[in-house]
Order: sequence, then structure tokens, then C-alpha cells
Amino acid sequence: MTDTVSDTTQELAGPPELEGLGKYRYGWADSDTAGSSARRGLSEEVVRDISAKKSEPGWMLQLRLKALKLFARKPMPNWGSDLTGIDFDNIKYFVRSTEKQATSWDELPADIKNTYDRLGIPEAEKQRLIAGVAAQYESEVVYHQIREDLEEKGVIFVDTDTGLREHEELFKEYFGTVIPVGDNKFASLNTAVWSGGSFIYVPPGVHVDIPLQAYFRINTENMGQFERTLIIADEGSYVHYVEGCTAPIYQSDSLHSAVVEIVVKKNARVRYTTIQNWSNNVYNLVTKRATAAEGATMEWIDGNIGSKVTMKYPAVYLMGEHAKGETLSIAMAGEGQHQDAGAKMVHAAPHTASSIVSKSIARGGGRTSYRGLIQVLEGAHHSASTVRCDALLVDTISRSDTYPYNDIREDDVVMGHEATVSKVSDDQLFYLMSRGMAEDEAMAMIVRGFIEPVARELPMEYALELNRLIELQMEGAVG
Amino acid sequence: MPTLEIRDLHVTVDEADGGTKEILRGVDLTIGSGEVHAVMGPNGSGKSTLAYSIAGHPKYTVTGGSITLDGEDVLAMSVDERARAGLFLAMQYPVEVPGVTVSNFLRTAKTAIDGEAPKLRTWVKDVKQAMDDLKMDPTFAERNVNEHFSGGEKKRHEILQMELLKPKFAVLDETDSGLDVDALKIVSEGVNRSLASTGPGVLLITHYTRILRYIKPQFVHVFVDGRVAEQGGPELADSLEETGYDRFLTRA
Ligand SMILES: Nc1ncnc2c1ncn2[C@@H]1O[C@H](COP(=O)(O)OP(=O)(O)OP(=O)(O)O)[C@@H](O)[C@H]1O
Ligand SMILES: [Mg+2]
Repeated sequence: MTDTVSDTTQELAGPPELEGLGKYRYGWADSDTAGSSARRGLSEEVVRDISAKKSEPGWMLQLRLKALKLFARKPMPNWGSDLTGIDFDNIKYFVRSTEKQATSWDELPADIKNTYDRLGIPEAEKQRLIAGVAAQYESEVVYHQIREDLEEKGVIFVDTDTGLREHEELFKEYFGTVIPVGDNKFASLNTAVWSGGSFIYVPPGVHVDIPLQAYFRINTENMGQFERTLIIADEGSYVHYVEGCTAPIYQSDSLHSAVVEIVVKKNARVRYTTIQNWSNNVYNLVTKRATAAEGATMEWIDGNIGSKVTMKYPAVYLMGEHAKGETLSIAMAGEGQHQDAGAKMVHAAPHTASSIVSKSIARGGGRTSYRGLIQVLEGAHHSASTVRCDALLVDTISRSDTYPYNDIREDDVVMGHEATVSKVSDDQLFYLMSRGMAEDEAMAMIVRGFIEPVARELPMEYALELNRLIELQMEGAVG
Repeated sequence: MPTLEIRDLHVTVDEADGGTKEILRGVDLTIGSGEVHAVMGPNGSGKSTLAYSIAGHPKYTVTGGSITLDGEDVLAMSVDERARAGLFLAMQYPVEVPGVTVSNFLRTAKTAIDGEAPKLRTWVKDVKQAMDDLKMDPTFAERNVNEHFSGGEKKRHEILQMELLKPKFAVLDETDSGLDVDALKIVSEGVNRSLASTGPGVLLITHYTRILRYIKPQFVHVFVDGRVAEQGGPELADSLEETGYDRFLTRA
């Protein structure tokens, strides 16, 4: 394994022409030794091979094969974004980066350590802001650590492959129950070829008081990343899971199709925070769904900054009385990007409440869409739902749309919907610039202010990173 | 002595129907540092246009004349360059910046103007002191810029910025409008503190002589129909109070 760094890095180290989204902040790539052996294209043989390499139980193989059949049969979504650029035959569905899992930082291969150094993981750890880091490198988790007191409390926080191996009964009980194998084409695909992701179980009454974090990267050209996350928060427990993505630039298109299933039991609360910052060639098609039982609370905090296309609508099924669902999302789209994001709330029990706040920013001809569905089933009386979506257009060539859908089968409900589309005004820019700020700095300040209601919910280091990303993007947005 | 010189300034705006309209029609003004110049004139005569043109608002097109600061061509500078060169505008209608706190805004502005971040300890103290002097509640530091501020609070916030950013020349566009009697005094004292400490040149746009009892101008300019119709000393303001602008309008 060599330590050569790709041309991308040299380009970035050159003139400081980081024109926002055009070039990527973490735009380096490690030597591509791990991916070279992976095959392209999808077949039963590939699926069997993945399962065999992981020495999985028979039921998982059967599920994968069933999913593969459903994937082939299901149509591509004909709404949302243009997905015709995805070439399923030209994707590697399984890549193994290291043969065995490393158990400590020191055991990580040099080039992987190098990558994570640049992502700042050791610093984050030093600051004790994270409880354990499950760092997903390519398709398998290679680094894993969990704080001892969590283990003592019975909290399970492992990569999903380990979860299946070591906690098979628990795993089997919940896997695929929130998002069935045939839910949609991409959920089927994920079920067929999934690898990596996080498996979390929090026992009754246990509060995990620091966020659990995982970092993901795609590192092989044309490699799809199909991680699978399953979180079970038992009665009265609390956990905050944080997932951040960064990826290097590649010439050809990449696919990221994850599935996240969350079971929030009675009176439990789960917060799931994502900052998605894939490079601009990635199709990011993620299915995220949670069920919330009586008195339970599920919160999705979802930031979509990178990718070519994102289609992601985190959902909460409010199954028990007084369950609550909340989605806060930020989407930024620059040149060549389409962020089609939103939320879905299903009120299936009385006295359930949901709230959606969506903030999107489009610039440089980029496009943001809010797509939301509020469903109130018969019998879910005294339910309440509020939706607020605000779009900010930084220039006149960008675009923003709102697609709110409501399906209300109960009379006794309270619904609120507010949507605004605004432009950065000349007067705001002038005001800040007349106080000495350069145009891009002023623009970044306005944009940061716009997303502040969501950004303040992020863990500190993510909020800071988000601010830096916005500054970088605004450098290319003006002038 | 630093000087702001405005020579034969002509400014137009684009009208909604696609045409252009000349608002400033040959303005001449010279302001030395430490001097206070009051500008008075009827509604719509172009006073705010002059203020915005000095600061460089993109809505206004300069079609002739010059503005120089110590001989430097102000018209060639962008809005932010003008601010960094030492120009400041306290606006008649300050705009809201949602999600941006006053303290963040002030620190970012100070850093931009000075070219380096202010020393944290003294800066926090300075801000607190300045807010205290202007009788602004400390909670304003954590509120969003101008959002839900009352008219008078916005004006105090503008003078707060003037005190902290220490410009060479400040244009105050109707800073006194909408202030109650106590606030007028408090804000005037803020301007006077600036005059006493850093001694900027001040262009004070106002409709009322009341503020001139607190901030003493050396010069008064009567602004009518896009140009200075008459200038004089403080006594000119008092005569305007009695006679109004009629005699200038009929002459024009
Ligand atoms: N876009 C525009 N199209 C047409 N007329 C305009 C436009 N913008 C400004 N004006 C006109 O320019 C004139 C000068 O406006 P300005 O705001 O400078 O006046 P002012 O002296 O500050 O008045 P006031 O005392 O009421 O504040 C006004 O008659 C105004 O209607
Ligand atoms: Mg005016």
C-alpha cells in the first residue's frame, strides 16, 4: 500500500480558486488499492459472494436474494430528480478496504489514518465530544471504539455487520421491519447489497448523554456505498446519533443508497443528525424512516450540502398516542446540483404531533425542492402538524420549488403550513458591505443567518464545519 | 486634515418604467474631520440619495462629478472598500438581518474594518460600555440585527456601530427621526462622544433643529431639488424653522 496522493490534491493545493461547490474541500483520494479487486455490476453471484464473504446466516442471504429480485422488478421513481445518469452495471457493489477490523487508532493503515486526520476525527475525539467513532471506510467499518461506561450500561454501538454476527436475535427481530425489503427500488437495492453502517441498541431507561458519531466516505471510483443503519431505542431511553459524510471528487458518477431504520419505543427519544457533503457527482438516494411508539419522540436533523442529486425524505410513523416527530432540514444546491429533500409524517394515533422546518438555499443555477407528505389516518384525532419551508435564492438563475402533499382522513386536527421564497436583497447586502464586509463575506453571513434556526440544533463542531462550507461556497457565488 | 469632498455630483435612479430620473443635480460639499455639517431640506429633495451615493448603494448611478476622501477617488471603490477607507452611514431605515446576532455582526464588522480581529477582552468591554452609554439593554447583543427592533432602537444601534467602528466620516441620515426626547439626548451624546474621541467629520441630515441643540453644527446646508441651495452657520437652521423652504422652492 503506497501513500501516493491523487492529482486532485495537487489541483487543490494550486491557486486558491476554490470556487465553492465546483471544487471539493476534502477533495483528495487515497491510493485505490482496496477497490481494484471489486467487480462492477450486479448479479445473484455478486450478492451471494457478499453474503459468503461476511459468513452471514442463511436467512440474511435469502433476504438479500429476495431484495435483488424486487430491485429488478421495481420501477425507477419517475418523480423528483433526473436519475438517468445512474449506470447500475458500472458500479462496484462491494469493496473491502482492510481484511480485518482495526480495534484502535494505531492499528489503522497509514493511508486511512491520513484520511481521517484530515477529517479531524482525532481532534473531535480529544475534545471528548464523541462517545465512540465508527468510521466507515469504503464498505466496512475499520475503526471502532466505544466508551466503556456505555458498554457497562448495555448500549450496543457496533457496525452493522458486527451487529448481525454478535446480536443476531435482536437484529433479526427488527431488521427490515421499519423499511420492508420491497419498500422502494433503492431500499431493495440496499437490502440486496448492504454493507457497513451502524447498529445501535439502547436499553430501557438509558440516556446516552453524548452524541454517537460515525464518519463515512466513498473512496473508490464508481463505488456505490450501501450502508445500513438500525437503531433501537428501548423504552424511556435517549440517544443522539450523528452521521457526517465527505467524499473526494471523481470523474464518473457514484451512487450512495443507504437505508436507516429506527425503532423508538414507548417514551424514548432519538435524534439523528446528518450532514451530507458528498462530492458533486454522487447520486444520494437514501431511505430513512422511524417508528415512534406512545409518548416517543423522533427528531431528524438533516443537512444536504453536497451530491449531484439528493432524494431524501426522512419519515416518522407516529404509531402511539402522544408520539412526536420532528424534521429540521437544510439543503444547499449550487451549479449542477438538485436537492430534492423533505419529510414525511404519518399520524397513525391520536394526539400525535409533527413539525417540519425546511431551509433551502439555491445558487449558481442549482435547484432545491421541498417535498413533504403529511398523512393523518382515520382515528388519529387531536393530531397537530406544522410545516414551515423557506427557500433563499442567492441569484436569479437558481430555482426552488415546493411540493407539499396532505392526506388528512380525520376532522379533528390542527394543520399549519407556511412557505416562503426570498432573494438575498440588495439592501441587506449593502448594509453589511457598508460595514466593511466583502460581498462574499456579507453573502455568507446572510446565508448563515437564514439557516441559523436549524444550524443551532447541530452539535458545535458540525455547526462550525457548516459555516466554513457556506463561506467556501459563497466565494464562488459572487463577483 | 482629512477631507471629504463632493464636487458637482450628479446621480440618477432607474425608474420602474425603464427610464432614468436625475435626483442629484450638481451637489458641492466639503467636510473636514471634526466638523459637523447639518443638511436640511424638504421631503424628496435627495438627501438620502446623497447619503447612499456617498456609501455606494448600487441603486444609485453617479453620472457626473466626484467624491474624494483625502484625494482618493471614492467613486472607484466598492461599498466595503469605502467602509474600510473610513466612511460610515447611519441609515434612515436600517435593514433586518435574520439569524445574525448583534454581537456577531459587530465583531465581524470591526474585524473587516480594522483588517484584524479585535482583542477579545477589550472588545467585549468596549461593546458593553458603548451599549451601556446608549442605554441599550445587554440582551440586544444576542438579538438578531434590527429584527423586531423599534424605530428608536434601530437608531441607537446605528450610533452604537458608529462609536465602535470609529469612522473618519459619518453620514447620519435622519438619526433623530422617531426618537423620543430622552432617546434624542442619549443618541446625540453618543455622536458627541465620537466627535470628542476620534473626531470624525459628520454630515447630519435632519428635519428638525431640536437635534442641533445637542449636536452643534458649524455649517448648515439647505438642500432643495437635488442640490445645495444655500449654506450658512447655525443661525440658518433657526431661520428655516420660521420661514420653511418656500423661498428656496420659488427661486428654483
Ligand atoms: N427608483 C426610483 N424611481 C423614481 N423615483 C425615485 C426612485 N428612488 C428614489 N426616487 C425619488 O428620489 C427623490 C429623492 O429621494 P430621497 O430619499 O433622496 O429624498 P429625501 O430628501 O431623503 O427625503 P426624506 O426627507 O423624505 O427622507 C424622491 O422624490 C424619490 O421619490
Ligand atoms: Mg431621506
